[in-house]
Amino acid sequence: MVQVRIPELGESIDKALVAGWHHGLGDAVRQDEDLLEVVTDKAVFNVPSPVSGRLKAIQAPKGQEVLIGEVVALMEEDG
Amino acid sequence: MTDDRVQKNNFLVQDWGLLDYDLAYQRQKAIVETAQASYTDYLIFCEHPAVLTMGRLAAQRNILAPEAILDKKRVQTRMIDRGGDVTLHCPGQLVVYPILRLTAGQRDLRVYLEKLEKVAIDLLSDFDIVSNSVSGKTGVWVGPKKIVSIGIGVRRWVTFHGLALNVNNDLSLFELIRPCGMDLVMTSMREVLGTAVEMAAVRHKFSAHFQKVFGYGPG
Repeated sequence: MVQVRIPELGESIDKALVAGWHHGLGDAVRQDEDLLEVVTDKAVFNVPSPVSGRLKAIQAPKGQEVLIGEVVALMEEDG
Repeated sequence: MTDDRVQKNNFLVQDWGLLDYDLAYQRQKAIVETAQASYTDYLIFCEHPAVLTMGRLAAQRNILAPEAILDKKRVQTRMIDRGGDVTLHCPGQLVVYPILRLTAGQRDLRVYLEKLEKVAIDLLSDFDIVSNSVSGKTGVWVGPKKIVSIGIGVRRWVTFHGLALNVNNDLSLFELIRPCGMDLVMTSMREVLGTAVEMAAVRHKFSAHFQKVFGYGPG
């Protein structure tokens, strides 16, 4: 399984809010495709999938506050 | 050469004029899709017919006017993928969409927002308007009144959406909403100066300050 983490969004930003998921459990997702949206201050940031594969677990549902670097999903990589 | 540290982005300024919000959104998204490959950054100016846009954190209660009133005033409502709450666009307001491919050293959302604020503050000073940013309340303020609203989206580190500067627009339309979800009063360049401002001059100066703050230019 490959962990999906909230990326660094800036030096002074340590958390964000999950605004929604572009995909549901079991969906096939391509590498770099938008996986979820997070919001911080006045910015919406689309978090891409790190690999091509299937979305196996969502650990931060819509509306949850997450820390930078936190694991929010697991992907089962193709192949 | 595709190294972010070496490749310098091209820079284009476009004026889309008065354009339907949905059409402008489609155009923005099309450019965002190609930005990573094209190494071209865009500074886009436009105005929109009256429309309320609701960002990802918008609460329906912040639209104060009933639907019938919005229909009567021909104000549409759109849910969109930017940060922030509800805001209003209408003719006479300068809407700015920077579509920038942020490179490795630029990938800081707070710094990006602060740069947008600085561009607007520098521009307003050219018109002898003193304005400020306020910590924790993204936007630009003239005293207690807000003159610039900011809300952005970022996809694959390409920015879209942007800011709205009240130039000559009808401020009474803001009474339809709680702008940005706050009890605040909006102002405009026309209100502050007591006279209408030439939009072309605002665009020209905005572009100049933008290129200075974001480091575009010769060399």
